[in-house]
Formats: sequence, structure tokens, C-alpha cells
Amino acid sequence: MTQKADGQIAAMEAQISLPRENGELVFQAPWEARAFGLAVALNEQEIYEWCEFSAELAATIAAAEQSNDPSSYYARWIASLEELVIARGLISREQLDARTAECAAGILDDHDH
Amino acid sequence: MNNSREAVHTETDAALRTKALESLLVEKGLLTTDIIDEVVQKYEQDVGPLNGAKVVARAWSDPDYKRRLLEDGTAAIAELGFGDAHGSKIVVLENTASVHHVVVCTLCSCYPWSVLGLPPSWYKSYAYRSRVVREPRAVLREFNLDLPDSIEIRVWDSNSDLRYMVLPERPAGAEDHTEEQLVALVTRDSMIGVAKVESPAK
Repeated sequence: MTQKADGQIAAMEAQISLPRENGELVFQAPWEARAFGLAVALNEQEIYEWCEFSAELAATIAAAEQSNDPSSYYARWIASLEELVIARGLISREQLDARTAECAAGILDDHDH
Repeated sequence: MNNSREAVHTETDAALRTKALESLLVEKGLLTTDIIDEVVQKYEQDVGPLNGAKVVARAWSDPDYKRRLLEDGTAAIAELGFGDAHGSKIVVLENTASVHHVVVCTLCSCYPWSVLGLPPSWYKSYAYRSRVVREPRAVLREFNLDLPDSIEIRVWDSNSDLRYMVLPERPAGAEDHTEEQLVALVTRDSMIGVAKVESPAK
């Protein structure tokens, strides 16, 4: 059985723990909630075990801290998710780069802001 | 796990890559936007509107705060530590016995998410966006809010620079409530203006 994120999100500790305020999840922008939802949804679809994602996130955070990279928690979160999804062969880095460029050009603007 | 770890992206870049990743995963049939919506909503439901509820409870408890909130919503909301990192202004509209405010974004789905969390799906629907402007009274009735004709309804159209939040009326029966107890009464819908805050259950 695939481990579900549900109880394990609460169990994410120390360096990889989610930004919270009074115990509640805090998102600084809508895209952060989206990035959060993507990772949890992929786990719920049994694409990966939650511990695989949290291990990837821990590695990203450790690497960023080491190089004094000031990036935010969810920037690291989405970078980790990319690595995992690419490593799984679900999409390629080239596809992701190309689609990102399209988003930047506003081709995919869904006006959700 | 791998040695070719890419440098972590900047914020704008991260937002774009999130959108790109979602669109690719949906295109490949690995996820649907509905599944992602569901996950986000599950985690956001209680979280999102809580900041707004705290703002409302403070305004009900502290007349000075309320005055500041209505004068300059952005600044008063920032006093409580909330606000939009991207600088869009929040204007707070007070519902009274004679005027009822309701908020929409007719163009897309602009929403004061720093206080209300993510918008509910009906807020983004074409039906709500188009109809609430033309026939607010009928739309509010569909939300089970039947306002008498004596109450004036004002509809406010949010945009990316200016977002609106409604300060609902303090319900009867909550006179002795502490600020903390008041927070629990305030709903998301009451701060969009499609509901009133119900009196506390006896």
C-alpha cells in the first residue's frame, strides 16, 4: 500500500517542516498552495511514496542552505517535485523548460491572480 | 538522489514552473485540476479564511481598530501580521442594517487570499461573475440570503491591484463573546458578502 501524505505531512519535522502559523499551513501566494497540492495529489495517485518526496525536499533544502541560497520554502518544494517527477520519467526537463517558457510568455495565462 | 540538482529558482520562476508542471501533468493524464483543487481545498478550508476571521473579530471587539480598518484596510490588516506580499491593496467594506456589500471579480478570480485563503470554485465560475452584478438579490437568495428590498446591495469588482473584503455585521447573541470566540463564528462566505454571520447556537 502506498503511504499517504495525510498523517505524514503533520510528521514532517525540523528542516523540512511546512511553514505554519499557530499550527496552520501558511501559503504566501496562490502558487504555493498549488505546488503543495501537486505534490500531495501525485502521492495520492500513488505516483510515489510520501517519504520519497520528503527525502528529495530534505536534499534540496540542505543543498540550498549550504550554498546560502535565499530561496523560499515553496520554491525549494517545487524544485524538489520537478526533480522527482523528472527522475521518474513522467516528464522531461526539456518539456518542463519549454512549457515554463510558454507560461512566461502568457500563452497559458488563466488569469488566476 | 541525483547529482545534477538544479539551482532553486526565484519566486516568479517558481510560480511559472509550478503552473508549467501542473499543465504537463494534467496533459499527461496523471492528474486532473479537480484532484489538485480537492487537495488544496481540503488543506485550505479551515486555514484560509482564518486570517480574515481574526481581522473581523478584532474589528468587532475594538472600535479604534475598526475605524483604522475601514480607513486603510491594507495597513490595519498588516497590523495583525497578514497581507499581500505583492502589494495589492485591500479595502474593507462594512455591512450595516441598511447596506450589504458583496464582492466579485468579473474579469477573473482576484481575491484577497492573504486574508481569505483560496477562492471557492463558485467564486471563479462564470455564472457567479456575470450574474451577481446583474441580479445580486437573486444570486444572494441562491446562497440562502434573502435580503429585504429596504437593504441596499452594493457589488464590488476586485482586480489585481485592489481587493475587497466584507466586514459582516456582528450577530445578535454574541455580545458577551471574547475575541477568540468571535473568530469561530466568522465564515468565509460572510467576508465575501454572500452570507451573514449566524448568531451563536444557544
